[in-house]
Order: sequence, then structure tokens, then C-alpha cells
Amino acid sequence: MTTARTPASGALSWLLWLGVAGVGAVSLGTVALSRGEPINAVWLVSAAICTYLIAYRFYSQFIAHSVLRLAAGRPTPAVRRNDGLDYVPTNKWVVFGHHFAAIAGAGPLVGPVLAAQMGYLPGTLWILAGVVFAGAVQDCIILFLSVRRDARSLGDMIRSEMGTVPGVIALFGVLLIMIILLAVLALIVVKGLAGSPWGTFTVFATMPIAVLMGLYSRFLRPGRIGEMTAIGVVLLLASIVYGQTVAETPELAALFTYRGETLALMLIGYGFVASVLPVWLLLAPRDYLSTFLKLGTIFALAIGILVVAPELHMPAVSRFVDGTGPVFAGRLFPFLFITIACGAVSGFHALIASGTTPKLIENEQQIRMIGYGAMLMESFVAIMALIAACVIEPGAYFAMNSPAGVIGTTAAQAAQTISGWGFVITPDALTQLAQDVGEKTILSRAGGAPTLAVGMAHILSGVIGGQAMMAFWYHFAILFEALFILTTVDAGTRVARFMIQDLLGAFVPALKNTESWGANLVATGLAVSAWGYFLYQGVIDPLGGINTLWPLFGISNQMLAAIALTLATVVLFRMKRQAYAWVTIVPTTWLVVCTLTAAWQKLFDPSPAISFLSHAQRFSGALAEGRVLAPAKSLAEMQRVLINDYVDATLCVLFMAVVVSMLVYGLIGIARAVGNPDVTAKEVGGDLRAVRSGA
Amino acid sequence: MICALCDLGPSVRLFGRRLAETANLMVGLPDYDTYVAHRSATHPDEKVMTREEFFRDRQARRYGAGGGGLRCC
Repeated sequence: MTTARTPASGALSWLLWLGVAGVGAVSLGTVALSRGEPINAVWLVSAAICTYLIAYRFYSQFIAHSVLRLAAGRPTPAVRRNDGLDYVPTNKWVVFGHHFAAIAGAGPLVGPVLAAQMGYLPGTLWILAGVVFAGAVQDCIILFLSVRRDARSLGDMIRSEMGTVPGVIALFGVLLIMIILLAVLALIVVKGLAGSPWGTFTVFATMPIAVLMGLYSRFLRPGRIGEMTAIGVVLLLASIVYGQTVAETPELAALFTYRGETLALMLIGYGFVASVLPVWLLLAPRDYLSTFLKLGTIFALAIGILVVAPELHMPAVSRFVDGTGPVFAGRLFPFLFITIACGAVSGFHALIASGTTPKLIENEQQIRMIGYGAMLMESFVAIMALIAACVIEPGAYFAMNSPAGVIGTTAAQAAQTISGWGFVITPDALTQLAQDVGEKTILSRAGGAPTLAVGMAHILSGVIGGQAMMAFWYHFAILFEALFILTTVDAGTRVARFMIQDLLGAFVPALKNTESWGANLVATGLAVSAWGYFLYQGVIDPLGGINTLWPLFGISNQMLAAIALTLATVVLFRMKRQAYAWVTIVPTTWLVVCTLTAAWQKLFDPSPAISFLSHAQRFSGALAEGRVLAPAKSLAEMQRVLINDYVDATLCVLFMAVVVSMLVYGLIGIARAVGNPDVTAKEVGGDLRAVRSGA
Repeated sequence: MICALCDLGPSVRLFGRRLAETANLMVGLPDYDTYVAHRSATHPDEKVMTREEFFRDRQARRYGAGGGGLRCC
């Protein structure tokens, strides 16, 4: 980068980039224009990589140099406040790894799997366009804002740049999002484990394994993370192998076969215990295990896709773009854009980018690589998940992801219904697939995790083990997802607990003390029962729960992104960089339009499959006539369905209120900035004008 | 085996060191040597945490109030 540019090397570089653009255009063309014939996944991979390269080389450079004007000489918080503990100037690759590990989670793996019901093309295009113009832009600019403000959090920055009231509104929004996030993640685990003794056994086994690791690193060999993780991984793999014996031995299998409701209650209890126990005993060791397993698996999947080069069997665009699909209700716009949240744009990243990462950056110019670059990599994870879902026969994909209420509960019924949709599949093929992965049935295993696991088993068994290892890889994939989701649930419950203590502490000062056991138990109990309520409601939902909760999660997550980008826009105006503010205004507008449309339809669409209120109306009508509608089995259950609908609708209204009010405050902030001739952005550590001329 | 690789040269050793540093930081454990170097440079007369204390301190910090234990969905 620092080498002197001769005209010859400049020409060469342009030729190279023309080449990348050419390969990218051909790949994208192949992905977009092929109809009927299955295409190879490698085309998708190469289209994605070329898009990332060009976006990084040109658009992120424009953002770094022209919009943000990153200054190499300006001391970062890590340099100014270096304490060797929280603030440490750190090598950029090390920070990159840290940041990527913090942003990569279950989101980019699940959303694309659900979105595959519309074919691979809509999902691919949104993942690529979304990350380049919204997701990576948000991550990069929020990281920049935080680095220029002593690594302060998103909530703090909103308070100081936009005002106290929007600060409080944003914090409240974040808490709501946390709760929905934890519920939907826990629901994915329940859906993956219900009726699966093999999977349940391996996930249960992670608890004693983690405790063992915790004791080892606490007393035997303190701080030896590498050693204890190695021990944990070996035990974990052994538990997957032994899980087969458990599943095949009826007495043992009975011990680990649970219905969704039971699993949900266990998870709720577990979430409470895990976040109250000392962290070193269970939470921390499982965090280590899941972090490394997650990265290893993502890496293995990338290698697998390149080695196996599987064909995509899902059509480019399926008939379900019209909104009649069984996996999630609603038309392509806005629901596809809500379903794929992480991987394209995720508001949650704004919390990470204003968390630990800004305390580690040693040079402002690295913000481009860490903020923009890591998000591109996360987007690639989403592309891989989409590929994994699309290598499965579409018939099997719909059998796994359609609710029992739609396709019935036997292979014969399911095969008939799905073949009727035009995705031909035989009952034998469905039974055979279940047998291959070592499960009794694969029907209606919604939630994304089982589908992804089948796709991954398909790909990984092509590299190691062949057909014989398929069941192992399937359960490996289920375990890997369950493990890091549960870690997120534990850690998230703790974070939600601290937020609740902070919020309620304003009214009841005794609750504010995070060291007090009483306050701890009360706040943890509140956090757990909040997400537990939505989890349980999702489990008993006959449409599978994911149907209801995932869109709510998607809407809330992207609303958070809209809030973060609104802050970024206001600050650009306050910095007098409004000429470049379109960089954040365009994605903000798109996100606001998308999420408000989706939330509006969730409230007022005439179809009961989409709208909570239409659904409630149908049920209250039946209730008035004394009729019982499925899934409810009694009038009391009808009442409960109604209450759930109203709770979900209220949540939708709250989300809309949060985003609309933030938008209003954003406009006020912009108007004030425009009216003031001076730079009003409140940066820390260096005079803006001096840096601008001296940079 | 691993040490045979280390002998290949300082660049490989540096790579291994960076890799270990990355893995530790991913789970919230900053580099201990950097910490010690920083303390002895800035506060030479004050007590420095042992490796074990350092590990426990950082672990409690990661999952404590306002810690870095937050990760994405």
C-alpha cells in the first residue's frame, strides 16, 4: 500500500481490478440468469468474493478517505488510555479475529436458510447488496464514531450527539431486541432437539464437559485456555459418537427424548441457573468451546464447499416469492429483507462495534479493514448457509421447514403435499434422508438449524467419511449450533440482567447493585421470564413459532441498524460532512421503509397468516361463537392464542414507535447541525480542525 | 512437532504468537506479556498481577456489568 506507484504498476493494478470485475460479472450473470438447470455453488462463491473485493477496494476506500477521513496520526483510545487490560493497542489482524468472532453468530446461518424458500437468487442479491451498502457501512462508521469518542457505547453516543430522550429510547429498544433475540435463538435449539435423543444427549453432555473444563482452568492449570479447550473438544466429539449408541438403545433414548414444551421449560430453568452461577464454572468454558468450534466449523464449511463444489438444487426463484410459502409468511418485499437480517445488515453489530473492539484499535486507518472487512466475512458466512440450504433437494427442504399443520405428520402426506407444489419428492426419499442422518423423522424440523445441519452433513461427508459419516456430521452441526446459541443465551441473559438493573435502578436504587444477590436474582428472573414467555409461546405455536418470532426478530434487529445509521447521519452533519451523508441516508431510508412496511403488515394485513390482528380477529370471532379453532384444543387455549397475538402486536407497535421517534430526533438533530455554522460533533482526543489540515 | 515448526524462523514464530494472541482475545483474554510490559513501563513500583490473577480478573470482567461478553446473534 505504501509502495510508490509507477505508471506501469498503476496500469497493472487497473487491469487486475478489471479482471476481478469481469469474473464477478460473469459469475453474477450465471447465478442470476440460469433457469431450469442446477448451477454449481462455486459460481455463487465467486460472485460473492468478487463483489466483496470490489466493494472493499473502492467503496470502503471512499468511506475511509473521503467520508470519515481516517487519520493515521490521531491517537486512538487504545493509545491514549492504554492500561494493558481493557485498552490495549493491538495488532490489526488480532483485532480483526476478535471482532469477527464477536459478530459471527447464529443469525447469518439461520436467516438465509429460511429465505431459501424463495429460491437462491433473491437471498443472494440481498446479502450482497445489503452488506456492501448497509451492513458493512454501519459496522465501519459506528466503529469510527466510537473510536473518536473514547470507545463509548452506542447508547452513550446517541445521548451525547442526539439528546437524553433519544438515548433512553434507544436503550429501551435494545432491551426489547435482546429479549426477542434470546427467545428466537432458544426456539431454534428447541426445534433442533425435540424428539432427537442423539442431539439432546450431546447438548446435555456439554454441561458436565464445561464444568470439567471450568474446574481444570480454575484450579489445575489456571488460564490454560488452549489445553482446556482441546480437552473439551475431544470429549465433545466423543459425546457425538456415543450419542449414536444412546439413540439406538431404547432405554437410553427414552432418557433423552423430550417434547418441545419440556425442552423449553428446561432451557428457561437452565438459562436462569447458568447466568447466576459463577461464570468460570459453566459460562466461560462453554464460551471458549463454542467460540473455537464455531470458527473451526465455518472454516471447514468453506473448505467443504470449495472441495465438493456441490450443485444447487433449489430453483433460482421459486413460486413462493408471491408470499404463499410455508416457511415464513409474506411477500418478497418486505419479508425477504427482514428474514435475512444478519449477513446483510445487523443492528446488533453496532453494539459490538461500540463495545470492546474500539478499545483495541492502534491506528484509526485500521477501522476500514476491521469494521468493513469483518462484516464482509460475516456476509460470506451467510452465503455459505444459503448454499448449504440449496444443495438439499427442494422437496426435502420444504418437508423439513413446513409446519405439520400444512404438510401433515407422515412421510406419505408430506411427500404428496410438497410434490403438489411442484417440488417432486417420494415418501421413501424422506424416510431415507431421516435414516441417513440418524433421526426418526425430518418432517417439520423448522428453525433453520436442522436444515443447515443436513446441508452441512451433505457437504462435509463429501470431504470426510462419505455416506457412512453423514449422521455424525449432522449431529456435529446440530451440536455446534446449539452450543453457540446456548452460550449466547447465557451471556445475553446476563447482559439483559444488567440492562434491567440499570433501567429499574433509576426507580428502585437497591436493584442497581450488581453485586447484590437479591438484585441479581430479581433481575435475572425478569430477564429469563421475558424471553421464556416468547419461547414457550413459540414452541406451542402450531405454525412452528419461527414463523411468528423470526420476523419480529428481523424487524427489531434492522430497526436497531436504522437507529445506528441515523446516529451516523446526524454526526456526519454535525461534522459538516453532509455532502457525503448519502452514504448513511440511503441505507437508513431503505431499512426504515422495509421495517415499517413489515411491521405495518404484521399489524394490519388482511391475511391471518401474516398479521397478528387479523389472526386475533379470526380467533375472537370463533370464540364469540363458542367454536374452537386449531391449534387450540379448548376455549381457554383460544383465549391464550388471543393474548399472544395482542402481545406480539403490542411489541410491533413498540418497535415502530421506537424507530419513528428516533427518526424524528434524527431530523431535529440534522436541522440543528445545518443551522449551526460550526462543527458540533463531540469528539474526544484531538482537535478536529487541526487533524483535518495536518492529516 | 510444533517446536520443530517454530525453528523455521522468527516469522513463523511471530505468526504462531499472533494466532495464540488472537485465539485468547476472542474469548476476552488480552496478552499477558503486553500487560506486564505496560505495567513495568508505566508503574514500575506497583504490584503486577500474576498470570493466574490476570486470567481471573479478565474472566470476571468479560462477563461482568459492562463487560465485553456481548456477542451477536
